[in-house]
Amino acid sequence: MVKWLEGIGNDEDVVVSTRLRLARNMANYRFPYFMTKDESEALTEEILNGMKDNVYDIPYKFYRIRDLSDIEKNVFVEKHLISPNLAKKADSGSFLIRNDERATIMINEEDHIRIQVLLPGLDFEEGWKISSKIDDFLEGKVEYAYHEQFGYLTSCPTNVGTGLRASVMVHLPCLSMTGHINTIIEGITKIGLTVRGIYGEGTKASGYLFQISNQTTIGESEKEIIKKLNRVVLQIISRERSTRAYMLDKRNHQIEDMIFRSLGILKYGRIISSQEAMNHLSNVKLGCDLGMIDNIDSKDIVNLMIKIQPASLQKTLNKELTYEERDVYRAKLIRENIRSLEG
Amino acid sequence: MLCEKCNKNNATIHFTKIINGQVEERHLCETCAKENNELEFNFEVPFSFEKLFTGLIDSIQEDPGKRKDITCPKCGLTYKKFQEVGKFGCAKCYEVFRKDISSLVKGIHGHNTHQGKVPIKTKDKVIQKKAIESLKMELEKSIEKEDFERAAYLRDEINRLREKLGEI
Ligand SMILES: [Zn+2]
Ligand SMILES: [Zn+2]
Repeated sequence: MVKWLEGIGNDEDVVVSTRLRLARNMANYRFPYFMTKDESEALTEEILNGMKDNVYDIPYKFYRIRDLSDIEKNVFVEKHLISPNLAKKADSGSFLIRNDERATIMINEEDHIRIQVLLPGLDFEEGWKISSKIDDFLEGKVEYAYHEQFGYLTSCPTNVGTGLRASVMVHLPCLSMTGHINTIIEGITKIGLTVRGIYGEGTKASGYLFQISNQTTIGESEKEIIKKLNRVVLQIISRERSTRAYMLDKRNHQIEDMIFRSLGILKYGRIISSQEAMNHLSNVKLGCDLGMIDNIDSKDIVNLMIKIQPASLQKTLNKELTYEERDVYRAKLIRENIRSLEG
Repeated sequence: MLCEKCNKNNATIHFTKIINGQVEERHLCETCAKENNELEFNFEVPFSFEKLFTGLIDSIQEDPGKRKDITCPKCGLTYKKFQEVGKFGCAKCYEVFRKDISSLVKGIHGHNTHQGKVPIKTKDKVIQKKAIESLKMELEKSIEKEDFERAAYLRDEINRLREKLGEI
């Protein structure tokens, strides 16, 4: 299983993961967009040197983007361990991943330093504790760019202040199927939060997975930002749950049919695109969370959603595949995985 | 109706600003509206934040003649260049373009003053600065009282703290 998914989180029937990201820059270097190669090397060295003393935390492993193959770096992206933007920084980008994969320090992304903490289920409090501790440690090692009025300074003014982007990945199949999701998205954007689909294009969600995050980063403290987001997420969880209960009550056969047809396709299909696979996996996850499918753990389905993404798929096979080959191999991988999960 | 900013001229420009769903009505005279770049932030927060930001920069660019271009001495970035790329060059930029950034950040976030975490080092600095201030007051008092022994001690203490802060 993807390491950061391991363990038990809160409200995992709806919330897949919680993520916190802190954007930080160093005072004495130009920001990444304007940096020379020498500057970015020196900065990377300085951070690595500082991290050497980090004996109180779990050990980290260091990677440079330029040392990774296309497939390798995209596996990190698909596992949500680094951002797609960092994967593109072939000349200057690098990152440190904590051995439990719950924390990543990205170097020379849009900002010099981006601390990311990723946890299973809903847990902003723990996420903030971990990320703030890493932040305190780094602050003692390097000189941060901090301004009395603007707070933590960032390349882009959309991140200035706290530098905090807090988000949850939520699975909302029933709110999506009933169309209630649109009202919710509208409401969420009105109070300064953002919703977007995961893996899909723009706001179109793939597998009914959505990411909800704060839009503004200055004017409220980190705790206030997190509290507001948490409150909204709790409301969404309860609405998704009540819609699930309602649909079970009114449309039991239809829901059951939909879920088991999806399971059938995943178990017996021979060619499957990642989009189709995501939709069926999403239905099966719902079946697990509703207790209709009781011999598969819902979290293994989330893990499978990551394993079937293009780079992860090719990594497992250890070679590059054409699109057609991918769909065939994806179907095979899913069949084998579902069978072994069912025991 | 008088302009709510200067309370002198007639308010000729009326608009609503919507930030984070909060509706604010503004009534300004032409001079104040231009001065504060208020007009540029008259938009709704759309779904895509990136789009919003690009739009914001575009609207500032419509007014290129009025602003003389400043250059950041540390990284060489001009405000014009920032408007093109949407990214600042270094920490110093925030000081150099402070006025523009203040209104830009306010337009994006609805606020422009940080309320959250303060780096431990900065926190220590603030505490030390406050300590220096109170020592200075005490120093003045002891000079008034002609307690020169105490005054000499306080002066050394102030210098020691200032040195630690890198002020001397
Ligand atoms: Zn006026
Ligand atoms: Zn600069």
